[in-house]
Amino acid sequence: MTARLAALVVAAIVLVTLPYWMHGVYYVNVASQILFYAVFALGLNVIAGYGGLVSLGHAGLFGIAAYATAYTLAIGFSHTAAIVFALSFGMVAMAIFAVLSLRASGIGFIMITLAVGQIIWGLAYRWISITGGDNGINMHGRPEPFGISLSSPYAFYYASLLVFVVAVAAMTIFVRSPLGAALMGTRDQPRRMNALGYHVWLIRFYACLLSGLLTSASGILFVYYNQFISPQALDLTASAEVLLMVISGGAGTLLGPIVGATLVVVVKSVVSGFIERWNFLLGAIFVAIVILMPEGLVPGSARLWRLAFRKTPPAAAADKAEEAP
Amino acid sequence: MTFWLLLSVNSITFGALLFLVAAGFTLIFGLMRIPNLTHGSLFMLGAYFGATFVNGMLGTVFNFWIAALLSAALVALFGAIVERLLLRQVPGQPLAQVLVTLGISFMVADVCLMAWGGDPIAVPTPEGLLGIVRVGPLVFPLYRIAVIGIAAVVGILLWLLLDKTRIGAMIRAGVDDPDMARVVGIRVSGLFTIVFALGAALAAFAGIIGGPILTVYPGIDQYMLPLALVVVILGGSGSLLGSVVGSLVIGFIYNFGQALVPELAYFVLFLPMLLVLLLRPQGLFGKFVP
Amino acid sequence: MNALTVTGLNKSFGGLHVTRSVDLNIEPGERRLIIGPNGAGKTTLFNLITGELTPDSGTIELHGQDITRSPSRNRAHLGMARTYQIITLFGQDTIIHNVRLALLGLSPQRWNPLIDLKRQSGFTEQGQKALELVGLGHIADRPLAQTSYGERRRVEIAMALAQQPKVLLLDEPFAGLSIDERRDVHQCLMAIPRDVTIVMIEHNMDVALEFAERITLLHFGEVIVEGNRAEVVNDPRTREVYLGH
Repeated sequence: MTARLAALVVAAIVLVTLPYWMHGVYYVNVASQILFYAVFALGLNVIAGYGGLVSLGHAGLFGIAAYATAYTLAIGFSHTAAIVFALSFGMVAMAIFAVLSLRASGIGFIMITLAVGQIIWGLAYRWISITGGDNGINMHGRPEPFGISLSSPYAFYYASLLVFVVAVAAMTIFVRSPLGAALMGTRDQPRRMNALGYHVWLIRFYACLLSGLLTSASGILFVYYNQFISPQALDLTASAEVLLMVISGGAGTLLGPIVGATLVVVVKSVVSGFIERWNFLLGAIFVAIVILMPEGLVPGSARLWRLAFRKTPPAAAADKAEEAP
Repeated sequence: MTFWLLLSVNSITFGALLFLVAAGFTLIFGLMRIPNLTHGSLFMLGAYFGATFVNGMLGTVFNFWIAALLSAALVALFGAIVERLLLRQVPGQPLAQVLVTLGISFMVADVCLMAWGGDPIAVPTPEGLLGIVRVGPLVFPLYRIAVIGIAAVVGILLWLLLDKTRIGAMIRAGVDDPDMARVVGIRVSGLFTIVFALGAALAAFAGIIGGPILTVYPGIDQYMLPLALVVVILGGSGSLLGSVVGSLVIGFIYNFGQALVPELAYFVLFLPMLLVLLLRPQGLFGKFVP
Repeated sequence: MNALTVTGLNKSFGGLHVTRSVDLNIEPGERRLIIGPNGAGKTTLFNLITGELTPDSGTIELHGQDITRSPSRNRAHLGMARTYQIITLFGQDTIIHNVRLALLGLSPQRWNPLIDLKRQSGFTEQGQKALELVGLGHIADRPLAQTSYGERRRVEIAMALAQQPKVLLLDEPFAGLSIDERRDVHQCLMAIPRDVTIVMIEHNMDVALEFAERITLLHFGEVIVEGNRAEVVNDPRTREVYLGH
């Protein structure tokens, strides 16, 4: 327990002091991106990792919150009003998304979420009067809470860090809670959960709402960061990227989506600097992870660590034998 | 009046093209129980190969039909390799297989971009099918009518394959009940490779056939895949008849939607799919619920 | 009033009539055994009673209350518990967590997104008690992945008992067990108090016959013979069903 606490303290210190030792605005900005993409991945992880419901349309909801922010600002809302509206609108959209998608699970769920994600993309692309179509919506300026302008990359970093910390705290509490345990139960044995007295659909619905909250928050940070939103931010590639963040880090773990987001953002930033082949790399990493390390980097490395440092034969082999059916 | 008639004929043509794409998709979905997210990329790959053969490669210009068959064969081979080398690594895990097909679609799309560049490539209409058809005051390009004929021929060939051949019977058995099929000695995993390759071939063939109408450009994969998905969900998994009906319905909805409500065209397109998923998840003629 | 009353229950899948006009009248505290050859529709009958399948016609009453239209989850709250033919436990968790989930399902706390579940001593204590009833109290913290098949069967029973059911449905509880394991499970079942009515599906005749007070024989979805042990065993129709195969 103390080792974990120590690691947490070190991580906190590193993150809080980051702008001081990370020289260069560019790197602070990358750090900000990692933070809000991590929130996005944590949001998807609620239903995909803990709920067992893989969504290929999550970028659609991310985009809805982003568009809502940009649009309301453009028509004259204050920053506070825009953010509140975007969060609420995003949650409502998620509720509708959930009602449609939760008719199915497994492959059916993937297909419905893919379709809904495409519909949202199609609306963003075609409903030019509202979304500006391919041209997107430009934004001007960031909020100034308590007189601190978030236009400064350093201030924005701390704002992202704050949202990130709240998201991680919320997830930690949720995962340990009865509702969290119930959600994981529905992932592993939905039929049995039903027979035990749980309302499987409603549990999943609440999980979707939590996911929607985190996803909308990250969408709002995204659009404030970029000062711009276009349909590209919510296409299938974007949904695939956030899913990759979740599964590459480790679906159904707390640390996994954070590690995954770091991996994807860093590789994307670094790679884009040298070659244009990000999409190829995205696809290749996807296939590699699914085939070679489906549990993700965090559980995968933990397993390898344990194997490497064991003196007695690993219990892993015995586990596998028992898990037969 | 002529406007609506023209729109209708275009809808049928588009539906015919969609059928070629959806037929392969529905076979793969029916037998392997996975929506093949690579299908759009295979369409695009076939179109690019075909365009290259037709426009001239290494000094040789291929006849349109030969180019189409060659292209389909190449992509079928690619499909077989993907199935054996990659999908086989995660047997019995449909979720993992879907994600693998997703990853491959990104790789194929990027390779196409690298190989053929970002500009659209025109595919010349095959000789003999140039020209127009006149019916009263209506004028249609001959090729578009021909596409309907081609799709009909392919449809009949597929139906014969499934209904009259031994392999077709095995495929149908696998679609209806894969476990039972294994029990009676059908090598279902071998069938997977064949069906995946066949589906790939059909997608590629559709790509080159569609070439003179749509041209070939980066992003056409992301244009075709959702359409195939909608058709198959509407028509029903594993059903050839479903693909026919679904393709025609979507062909009409898409074209009329574009003409009448361009801002909501995409929304209108997916609506029937959502309705089906909500009300009758196995589709109109489907064998199972996804 | 019967503990469980089934009247005229019918279910068809396409052209296959799997459950034909089944009537069951099970008294409170009774030990009822349901037997029949493979494909007789025994598990289907269970699935209809627990609500996982909807009947085409007929009614089901639990202690006088009509539950025919009640969803599965409500039946658990009304006092129905079951075990499964194929083990469906939460393989990634510990034994005690499995039982904890069974307890949580009936508690309003299952909606709570804030408290720490593992710190709720109530669930842990009750879970421990249920595990002791099946002789697994000493390994409560063991991960399920490190348990034997027989131990997992007993975990299932512990989960069902933890729900303090009025009617307990056991689907082949002895399947795949060694002789020693069978004896252990038999002991747990015999120790269950009479305020729980038990309905069991079993193939394994030695242990099951010893346990049963009344037996219902199903064949092709229909009730063929019903009565006490002696009546059913000696009935010529029983022999016909099993040997005429």
